[in-house]
Formats: sequence, structure tokens, C-alpha cells
Amino acid sequence: MATDYKWPAADQRTVIGKRMNRVDGPVKSSGRAKYTYDLVRPNMLYAHGVKCPYAHAKVTKIDTSAAEKMPGVVAVLPINDVGKEIFWAGTDVVAVAAVDEPTARDAVRAIKVEYEQLPHLVLDEKEPDLSEAEKSEWYKVALKETSGDPTSAFQQSEVVHEGYYGTPVITHCCLETHGSISEWPDSDHLFVHISTQNVPGIAEQLGKAIDFPASNIHVHQDHVGGGFGSKLGLDPWGVASAQLSKKAGGKPVKMMLDRKPELETAGCRPSARARVKVGAKKDGTLLAWESYSWGTGGVGGGGSPPIPYVWKVPNQQKQHVNVVNNIGPSRAWRAPNHPQACVLTMCPLDDLAAKLNMDTFDFVKKNIDLLDPRSKIYSEELDVADKLMGWKARWHPRGDKTAGPVKQGLGLALHTWGGRGHNSNTDLTIHPDGSVEVKMGTQDIGTGTRTSILQVVSDTLGIPMDQINLLIGDNQYPRDSASGGSSTIGGVSSANFRAATDAKNQLFAKVAPALNAQPGDLEAADGRVRVASDHNRSLSWKEACAKLGATSITAHGTNPGEGDLTNSGVGGVQMADVSVDTETGIVKINKMVGVQDCGLVISPKQAESQVLGAMIMGISYSLYEEKVMDQTTGTMLNSNMDMYRLAGLGDVGELVVHLMSGPGYDERGVIGIGEPPTVSPGAAISNAVANAIGVRVPFLPLTPERVLEALEKAESEGAKA
Amino acid sequence: MSDQEDVKGPGISRRSFLKISALTTSAPLVLGPTVLEVEGQEVHVYGPGKTPVTLNVNGRRLSANLEPRVTLLDALREKFEVTGPKRVCDRGLCGACTVMMDNKAVYACSVLAIDAQGKQIVTTDGLAPEGKLHPVSAAFVDNDAQQCGFCTPGFVMATKAFLDKHPNATKEDLHRGLGGNFCRCGTYAGIKGAVAQLSGGGQQKGGA
Ligand code: FES
Ligand code: FES
Repeated sequence: MATDYKWPAADQRTVIGKRMNRVDGPVKSSGRAKYTYDLVRPNMLYAHGVKCPYAHAKVTKIDTSAAEKMPGVVAVLPINDVGKEIFWAGTDVVAVAAVDEPTARDAVRAIKVEYEQLPHLVLDEKEPDLSEAEKSEWYKVALKETSGDPTSAFQQSEVVHEGYYGTPVITHCCLETHGSISEWPDSDHLFVHISTQNVPGIAEQLGKAIDFPASNIHVHQDHVGGGFGSKLGLDPWGVASAQLSKKAGGKPVKMMLDRKPELETAGCRPSARARVKVGAKKDGTLLAWESYSWGTGGVGGGGSPPIPYVWKVPNQQKQHVNVVNNIGPSRAWRAPNHPQACVLTMCPLDDLAAKLNMDTFDFVKKNIDLLDPRSKIYSEELDVADKLMGWKARWHPRGDKTAGPVKQGLGLALHTWGGRGHNSNTDLTIHPDGSVEVKMGTQDIGTGTRTSILQVVSDTLGIPMDQINLLIGDNQYPRDSASGGSSTIGGVSSANFRAATDAKNQLFAKVAPALNAQPGDLEAADGRVRVASDHNRSLSWKEACAKLGATSITAHGTNPGEGDLTNSGVGGVQMADVSVDTETGIVKINKMVGVQDCGLVISPKQAESQVLGAMIMGISYSLYEEKVMDQTTGTMLNSNMDMYRLAGLGDVGELVVHLMSGPGYDERGVIGIGEPPTVSPGAAISNAVANAIGVRVPFLPLTPERVLEALEKAESEGAKA
Repeated sequence: MSDQEDVKGPGISRRSFLKISALTTSAPLVLGPTVLEVEGQEVHVYGPGKTPVTLNVNGRRLSANLEPRVTLLDALREKFEVTGPKRVCDRGLCGACTVMMDNKAVYACSVLAIDAQGKQIVTTDGLAPEGKLHPVSAAFVDNDAQQCGFCTPGFVMATKAFLDKHPNATKEDLHRGLGGNFCRCGTYAGIKGAVAQLSGGGQQKGGA
């Protein structure tokens, strides 16, 4: 019988789409969950690194003799040996493993390293001269593109707006810092506990780095304290802990970053700045786009933000330059490039709408066809968001004219993301005693992966979630993929749905004779296997499984596979309501509304948490976060959590989430949801601030100083005019 | 400052410091606290080197030889494997290491292990017996007030300490009371819901 893999219709779902508690919630909230940072292995050593204080330098001399003589120091390892070039401050030069942390820190202090300093650049504020950029080592032209006829489109435009916008470099600031524990049970085997969002990929990366067969590297992780894109790849520290352990005769070596290097070197989201010119007809029809943008992604470059974002402006001319500088490694950061692109697009368009004396909501609706292929979704979402925010009833033209220093305003933005399920494999076993086991090499980075997997299997087999034994987080289980790009829930849900369906069908074949039926007549529901048309002819799940005799059933499920169970491409709309104190410059979020589609929702409770979390992150980067660099020393000035501030509980206001689901959405299959809602807050909040105070604060984060500066500038320009 | 003037401190003047007499002397590897008599009062001086430390954690007496500079957080985590409290900022800024010490919420990273002796320390791990959930932890689960969960144990302790003290807290109190804890994944909506549930205000969102 050919299997038609199709998600059950809404009225057929029992657990899929239901509000279930997070299955790993209890172990986490009781403090019993063990993260990599928490593990204490027998005879474990502690490692720390000597950090290069310069943004760009060559190592000329290393003297480790004093450290080596210290009691308790077990291994000393050069990471960037004499002659090596260092590209950002905080880079490890030498690592030390010792019997305890205080000793490791003492040893680090006892090591003397000398450097030849090289010229560095850590800032990106200066607009690169395009003709210079082509010759300079600090700049790389990443994009030069023209489509349509922008020159004549601007001539036809009745209203043209020009502006300057930007977002800073921000850092991931995972609460569990990057790091790992490596040990060699014997010289042919390496065992690694690592804080990662890529359990399946680490062995190959590490094997390559230390020239050792990946198949002999066992990687395990139960829980990870955040990643957000910065824990997709192996780090130099991961390599160092393995090498230190080898030097130390195989003893476990734990090497976790302190907060300061975590903020300096564990990853950042590139900045983006742009001069943007947009043109439209008086009725709001958007005609033309021109942009010159730049941003820094460190020495590796940072890609270029896809602008104009979401909008298919018919006539465009754009250029982008990468600022190649010594700021630390750029890494994927929840929806890479999109938040920047959204700010660089939605802010100038909001300014254009203001110049047209149009409500931005109407401006978007007027140009809805330019949002192809998701015009319909955006349009529906805008209407839902309008209701939840009361936008149409409450919107006012730019500049809150009410008395008093505190001004209120509304802003909106749109975003998109792919989110198709990744390559995923699972082994699902039904044992004759009725127990069910699912094994896969994926990881739960906080998305609720475990919960989603169990919801799918439980729904398909008709047994409670707590009757299923789920094993993940190990590279000895069937190979899965990294949790990145919002690809996990689609991938694992599809693989497990196929495996559970296959296993169930095999079970039905064994059980059918006992029920005097054909396998195709059976269904699994309510903890029983029964004849679909006659529920009196049934066996309990346990009795049914007993018919397997001595042999378990193991079904392998994979994604991609038969049937369209996952899809890609979502749209989202967010609206922000803010208050701005024009005397202090302080921005307060009153309310945010997030309307998001993501196809079929497996775990609504966790999916909502994803959206809420993304919106809160968005508030955080809109108001507070910025990697502040000092050009003279080349170092980060705010590498601690008082100066690199995250949004706190009192900063987020009222948050409303609406997931688009049901007919028209569910049929598309499961689509990932982590990244998209992170994208819009920057632009939505910036637009709300502009609506409140009547002027644009051109750069994120919207700090009191920047707000006051924008107000003062507008005032002095007003006085001149 | 003259030689005679007292420095601010627990009854030790610079002058009298010269007159103190050592009652015990050191053993070579692990040192007990040196007990000094200062103006008739006993003062414990720890280090240099390791010294025996005994902590009362979740109702258990735990002992280890630790350097005096070791924080309560590191002693709990690395010596006693009590890992509910997390090391995140390690300098009293994030709340991830929050524990209760004699019924008060403290940042374990900002207390020395030697100074925590003789106090009742409770961590999230010790709130409820294995297999059971404390109502605060349970409210976090019900309201999905956790994603990666790394900030959660600290938040649970801060919430417990806060609600113990302010059972009828307002929203503004809550913002202040839990303002010393940070979450990177963005679970504040769930946390507000959990607090509302615990303080009888009903759930703000979610609910199984
Ligand atoms: S680790 Fe103690 S407050 Fe951050
Ligand atoms: S749940 Fe991840 S840091 Fe709070």
C-alpha cells in the first residue's frame, strides 16, 4: 500500500495543534537540567585562554615557562603561535588547563606574549567613498545593481524622500557562554560535550580541525543555553579543549568562555547603514528606489542586506560596500541580514508616507501588489494587526500634538523568511511491550523541539506523549541537521510523522488478523488500536503491541520525503505603540502586536513563545543593544552585562501575538517561525518613535541621547527655516 | 590619617592590628582559618591557600577545601555539583545565579563561599524533592516562561523570594522586583503570566 503522507485535517488532530506544556519545562524550571556548562566530569581540568589585547596584531613572542612551572597546571597549548596574525581583540593566543579554575586563571596571567601591532579599523560610521572603496583594503564592494529605469522613475515621482538610516553591530550574548568539555577515553576516541545548536555537524568540523576521523568523535548535549545563530559552527575553543585534553592524557578539559570574551568574540550581527532615496506618485504609488549602503561584518564581511526588503520596487539602483574591519566574527544572528534590511527599507518608506500625508497602513495597502508573492497574506495580516492594535482608530499624523512632554506614536513593519524543514532523520521503534522510542540527532535549543516531536508521534500513534521515550542530542543517533534558519520544527516534524505513520502501518499489519479486519481498516486513537468503523473491535495499545511477538518495529523517517509536509516562505506584520519622553529622550514600549503565519502549527504554545521571544529580542536591540568599539584601542567598551544591556521584564510592555492558522494556512505544511518575528521590531519601533515625536531618529538603538539629538536637530532646522 | 586613627572595619584598628596574637598556625596544603584574637575578639582569617569550607545547601551539609577567593556560585557548581544557579555575568548583573540565603535572594556570584558558611542556602534544585515541582517552578512550566531555560532557575528563585515578601505585588513592584534578572530568549511574557498565576491574578497567556 503506497502511503499518502498528509497532515491530518483539523478535525482529525488530537495532539497536533493543542496547547501542551513544554516537555522539558519541569527539568529546566527545577534547575535539574544539565547544560554543558553544568557538567563536572571525574578528574576534570579547567581551561582558560590568554587573550590578545589588540584588534589586529602579529604574535612575536610567547613565554609560557612561568605558567608551566605552576603547581596544578597540567597542559599549555599555543592556539595562535608566534607568527600568527590576530584579527580582533579577545582572540585566544595560548590556552592553559589546570586542576581548578583559580589556578587556570593564575596561569593565564603568568604567560607573557609579545605582539607586533598592525593597523586596525573597528568603526563603520564613515561613509565609504565608492571610488576609494574599490581600492581600499578596508572596503569591499559587495553589490552594484540597477533594475528598471530609476532615473526616469525619479523624474516621474511627485514626492521624493531622501534619508540616512542605520543599525549597529550587536552581539548574541547567549546566557550560556560558548564552550565545551572534551575527553579522550582512549587515543582512538574523543568524547565531547558542547554547547551547540549543531550536534550533528560538530564531529566533522572538529575532525577536520584536529585531523582525526569524525566517526570516532562522540558528541553529546542535553540542553543548550541559547545560540541564536552563534553556536552553529565549531569554535577555536572547541578545538583547543580537545587538544588540551589530549595533552593532559585524555582527562576531561572544560573550556567555557567568560562573559567578556563571549561578548567580544563569540559572534555578532553586522551593522548596516544606508543613504536611501525613494519616490512615489502623489496618490502613494511607489515608483523608485535608490540606495547606497554599507556595514561591517568583521574581516569575513557580512553579506549585504536584501534591500529594498520585501518590496518589489519597480525601478531600483543600489550599491553595497562591506566594511572589512576588526570587530569580531559576524555570525548568523536570528534572521541574518533581515532586521537590518527591514530598518533600511521600512523606515524610509514610512518617512515617504509621512511626506505624502498618508497613514503608513494605507501606503502599504496602496502598494500591496509590490509585496508579491505574499500580498494576500500581508493584507490579511495587516487587517488582523489593525484590530489587535486599534491602529485605524488611534493613528495620528506625525508628531503627537497633545500637550505635555510625553508623546505617543504608532509604527508598523513587514517581514518575511523561508523556514523550510531541514534534512532530518529519525528512528522510531515500537516494542512488543508497548513502549515507543524515538531517536534522532537533533537538539532542542529552546524552540520546543522535544515537545513538537512528541506531539506529532503521540497524535499519529494515538498514545499519550509521556508514553514515548525521546532521545536526542547525540551524534550517534540518526543524523539530523543544525538548528538554524527556522528549519528544525519542519524537519523533525515531517521525519517523525513519516516514521510514525510507517511504524503504525506495520503494527496494523500484525494486529489486523486478531481484530478480524484488514490493516487499512484500522486506526490508532485513544490508546487503542481499533477498527475505524466499529470501535467495539479494539485492542489496547499494549495488547496490540504484544502481537509483535519477539520483534520490535523500527521505522526510519526522513525529511525531505514523500508528501508535502513542510514548506517555506512566510509573511509577518508587527505594530508598535510607544511613548517618548521628549525631555529625557526615553522610549517606552506600551504595546506590540505580532501577526505571523507559519503554516501548520504543531505546538501553538511554544510557537507563540517563539514569536514573543523574537519580539522581546527586537525590543532589546531597538532600544539598548550596541557593540560599542573604541577606534584607538580597537577593543569593545561595553563587554559586560551592565553596559551591554538587554531588555528586562519591565521594558517590554504589553505583547500580543496572533498566529495565522486554519484554512489557507494549514495546507502549506509546517514552516519554521524562529527568525521572522525578530525582523520587524527595529523598523516598527523606530517608525512609532517618528510618529510620536515628528522626527526620525535615524539609528538604532533608540537611546535617549539619539532621541534628544534628533529633536534638537529638528528644532534648530525649524528655527533656521 | 594618623597612625592612631582607626580604620573603618569590624573593630580592628591599625594600631591594635599590630598587637594581635595568632592562636593557631598553618598546615602546609590545606589551611583552616587562622583564628586571630583582636582586642579580645576572635577573628577568622582565611588563606592564603585552600581552607576547609562547609556549606548548608538545600538542607545538606557539604564540605570542601577551597581557596578563599572561590565564590559561592563556583563552590556550588564545581565542587558540589549543585548547578541550578548558573554563571552568566559573574559580577552581580544578570540574576542567573540567584539563590536564597537565610530567606533572602542573593547573587551567588557575588558572595564568597567562606562567607556563606553557617547560612541556609536554597537553590532551585532544592525547592522541591526530586520528581515533584515547586509551585513557582510549576507556574513557569504552565506559562511556558522558559525557552532555552538557562535563565530560568535564577528567575524561579528571584520570583520565589519576591512573592514571599510581596504576596500582593503590583505590576510595577514586579518590574522592579524581577528587574535584576535577564533572559536572552525573551520569556518575560510567560514570566509575567507565571507571577500572575502565583499571586492569584490568573494567567496572562497560554495555559494548558
Ligand atoms: S552570574 Fe551572578 S548575577 Fe550574573
Ligand atoms: S530562556 Fe533562554 S535565557 Fe531565558
